[in-house]
Amino acid sequence: MKANCWMGKHNVEVRDVPDPRILNSRDAIVRITSTAICGSDLHLYNGFVPTMERGDVLGHEFMGEVMEVGRDVKNLKAGDRVVVPFPIACGNCWHCQHGFYSTCENSNPNAWMAEKMWGHSPSGIYGYSHLLGGFAGGQAQYVRVPYADVGPLKVDDGLSDDQVLFLSDIFPTGYMGAEMADIHPGDVVAVWGCGPVGQFAIASAFLLGAERVIAIDRFPYRLQMARERSRAETIDYEDVDNVVDALRELTGGRGPDACIDAVGMEAHTHGLEYAYDRTKQALMLETDRPIALREAVMACRNGGTVSVIGVYGGFIDKFPMGSVMNRSLTLRSGQCHVQRYMRPLLERIRNGEIDPSFVITHRLPLDQAPEGYDMFLNKRDNCEKVVLTA
Amino acid sequence: MGTATRSETQRGGAGLPLQTRGTRAPSRREGAGLATALGWFSIGLGLAELVAPQRMARMIGVRDDEESRNVMRAVGAREIASGIGLLSQPAAARWAWSRVAGDAMDLTLLGRALTSDSTQRNRTTAATAAVIGISALDVYAGRRLSRAEPARRLARVTRSITIGRSPEEVYRFWHDFENLPRFMRYLESVRVTGDRRSHWTAKMPTGMRLEWDAEITEDRPNELIAWRSLEGSEVRTEGAVRFREAPGGRGTEVVVNLSYQPPGGVVTTKLAQLFRAIPDYEIERELRAFKQVMETGEVLVSDATVRPGPHPAVPPAEEELRA
Repeated sequence: MKANCWMGKHNVEVRDVPDPRILNSRDAIVRITSTAICGSDLHLYNGFVPTMERGDVLGHEFMGEVMEVGRDVKNLKAGDRVVVPFPIACGNCWHCQHGFYSTCENSNPNAWMAEKMWGHSPSGIYGYSHLLGGFAGGQAQYVRVPYADVGPLKVDDGLSDDQVLFLSDIFPTGYMGAEMADIHPGDVVAVWGCGPVGQFAIASAFLLGAERVIAIDRFPYRLQMARERSRAETIDYEDVDNVVDALRELTGGRGPDACIDAVGMEAHTHGLEYAYDRTKQALMLETDRPIALREAVMACRNGGTVSVIGVYGGFIDKFPMGSVMNRSLTLRSGQCHVQRYMRPLLERIRNGEIDPSFVITHRLPLDQAPEGYDMFLNKRDNCEKVVLTA
Repeated sequence: MGTATRSETQRGGAGLPLQTRGTRAPSRREGAGLATALGWFSIGLGLAELVAPQRMARMIGVRDDEESRNVMRAVGAREIASGIGLLSQPAAARWAWSRVAGDAMDLTLLGRALTSDSTQRNRTTAATAAVIGISALDVYAGRRLSRAEPARRLARVTRSITIGRSPEEVYRFWHDFENLPRFMRYLESVRVTGDRRSHWTAKMPTGMRLEWDAEITEDRPNELIAWRSLEGSEVRTEGAVRFREAPGGRGTEVVVNLSYQPPGGVVTTKLAQLFRAIPDYEIERELRAFKQVMETGEVLVSDATVRPGPHPAVPPAEEELRA
């Protein structure tokens, strides 16, 4: 089959690889109909995630048709149309049973690697380094889905791929970011990053009752999408001296009640702070540039919540812990427990409360995945979200 | 989830003292004098290599350029580390073996130099002979020191994991030793041969096959199983697994103590320890696999891990699965 493979920094290639097969009795093989490039794939593309191997099949946002199931999968059959959540989760362990699917205790065969890096291991993830399991991803014609009796969501009504594909990751991820922000009626929520996850965090904050949402980015087309699609107010951080001051002005001096970091490890800013973090990152003195996170902490009102859904990989520098502690902030985070959100969010799509397809700006055949990565990274042609069709 | 580790010495897994098997316990002093001498030799040589790499290069007859000077400095730093380690005693044996590893590296480098055109062969040959001589001393010191550290002769591991099943279920599964190969990848089979006895067959990654007989030394239902290999087995091993109820309905905390002496004698053991030993990692992996079997029914593999050795995350070809 054809699959989009990581071949090194800024280098992906569509290659011929063997077709996947059933390896465990709870596996399914899915023929991909739609798959997407995620902002977190760019961290792999830029070489910031350790334990990638040349040739790894990428992709963790995908859906398609079940071709074959292992002998212990009773709830799916060939022909079913499914959306697959990006964290691989067994459904049996304590964490899965308590809804913490992305910290499943059994789904990372390379848990020892993750334990070295993070103390304990989260779940495995498709196409996202060997530290997270070494699973081939879904930017391919076919994919093997472990624990297929737990993860995949059957969607057999008239909803299009475009409408349900993002249930695999970015819609639930943005939604969980808003849920963790503990929004109450009348709250003002600030969201750093207007990429696809940021857009869903903004939309979800409104769904959960925020009165105002302020979105922060530097690309006019992304800010425009936040304004037009979700009625957010926006700050272009290249137009202001200081984001924290700008937010203070916009909130009567209080600061936002909740701040959502939908940026993660490769944040940008202008001036010295960016140079400082970029240099430290290049010298391996920190793995991640926590610029958005620092701003989110400093901006948040006393007693407010900082919710982190942007991806971080390792260690950061100059984290304002004093601000968190002395001002009673709550810090919440996590890879999305997608399995927990898929059904309720599918209901919201069915009810017409949201149509997630609004973020799609580009559609390419799988063969052109390398072009998609390059365009998404360089924000060419106002690229917001690339969907690949197999 | 979490695996916890704790290293112990002296006492056996189930709280049983390890048998000393009637071997004479050699005194620490036997290898110590030589270790001290080798330690100072290491530091002296290391300093010379670090400070005067050009002169050293000329002395052993290799080309004096930027590359060989850098290699010389790196080798010097290694020598100093070994030397300090040897002199600071507690794990002197390990440092003696680090010198042996260093000697092997030096011999490789010298071997390369000997085949290079820009080398003065006489001097390099003399240097090689000197290193071979020192290697012999290092091996001798290593063996002496290793024998003088009886507590280190058995590799010892303690690991624990929490499994979401009752102590009764977990105990019952483990107690049927024939189940163990389902999660211990190097174990080929366990055959129960008597009331308390069983025959174990393992196939190591090197292809070497090991067989031994073991007996249960203690068996407390739903609490503890302890075993040890029988006298005369080619593998000397003993261990215990304890089961205790985890708080808050989280299932069972399983704690494994294992000690064993791999075949191949002291050298293998010491080298295994030097390179941070396989067993800790292996026991951890096996416990995780045990948890998977108990909680999900089988051990999960990924596209990369389904085959031995490093592979990219690409579906395996059919031939690879058959192999």
